[in-house]
Amino acid sequence: MNWMDGWWAYAFIAIAGWLATDIWRWLGVLAGNRLRDDSEALNWVRAVATALVAAVIAKLILYPTGVLAQSPLWLRLGAVAVGAIAFFLARQKPAVGIATAVAALAVGLWWLGF
Amino acid sequence: MNSVDPIEDERSSLVWFLAGARGIFSLPAIILMLSFVGFCSLTVQAGIPPGQVVFMTGIVWALPAKVILVSSILSDASLATAFLAVTLSSVRLMPMVAALVPELRTPKTPTWLLLVLSHFIAITAWVFAMERVQDVPRQHRTTFFAGFGITLVAANMALVGIVYRLVADFPPVVAGCLFFLTPVYFLASIWNSARHPVVYAALAIGLVAGPLCYWIAPEFDILLAGLGGGTIAWAGERLWRSKREKSA
Repeated sequence: MNWMDGWWAYAFIAIAGWLATDIWRWLGVLAGNRLRDDSEALNWVRAVATALVAAVIAKLILYPTGVLAQSPLWLRLGAVAVGAIAFFLARQKPAVGIATAVAALAVGLWWLGF
Repeated sequence: MNSVDPIEDERSSLVWFLAGARGIFSLPAIILMLSFVGFCSLTVQAGIPPGQVVFMTGIVWALPAKVILVSSILSDASLATAFLAVTLSSVRLMPMVAALVPELRTPKTPTWLLLVLSHFIAITAWVFAMERVQDVPRQHRTTFFAGFGITLVAANMALVGIVYRLVADFPPVVAGCLFFLTPVYFLASIWNSARHPVVYAALAIGLVAGPLCYWIAPEFDILLAGLGGGTIAWAGERLWRSKREKSA
């Protein structure tokens, strides 16, 4: 894949990346105290935003690029499952869940001869 | 005691800035940096030049937004489509910033300073700040957060620039694990930082809706999964809430 060079690539990143994120940060500042944290509209926005990131997570796990594209699906799902079990056993400590999931994947990849 | 000695005040500002900067050695910051190494390998595989990756790291900062930006670039999306996808993924920043701002500011804090500082807010910085800012005297909180935010962004820009040349030569197991770190880190941190039941519902539905929408309409999968899945999660959680309130 040949990604465009020069100023247009930077302009693309600035518009689709920087402007698209900082707008919400600025609105967040301006909303500040006035934003009602219990409003139904905010609840919906929160749900849509979370579902969107969740969809990205699922795609990264199910359709990875690079080395993982050659790894079996059961290994990736299994590693997430093992990590999730460790996460809840460790009273929802992110570091434990993340380390366990990645370690399970590493062992699996090594065992499969990667 | 309360009279402000300018020299003393300036010195303690530096102390608080450095106290914030020291947060680079905290666990969330270290996990984030490892995720950035993973993100870097994603950009190498996507064929994005290192200058643009460093630029992207500093100017976008939020990792989910950058992952979506890179996938948009990979799928040859138009500027409008990429903007829409990144915008929708970043809506979550607004309530996060709005929740943090009252914690950071004093009545004298200028709005422009908060607008500038807001750029450094993403999941990790937000979780870190919400946790630690309570222990910082209010007049030093913006300084403390600036110390943490600026250090974290600068460190990751440098990290991405240095690591870019190395990730291509990583052994396959290491490259695979680093790639895997990003989705796993997001899963754990979203679950862990959720303050509302609707977030759990949206997370679960989004995980299923993502692949489903990819299967139905691959060009708009993320937008569709976000809007559709999020609305279902919101409506379901609302129904569940009103039923519980009625029976109570």
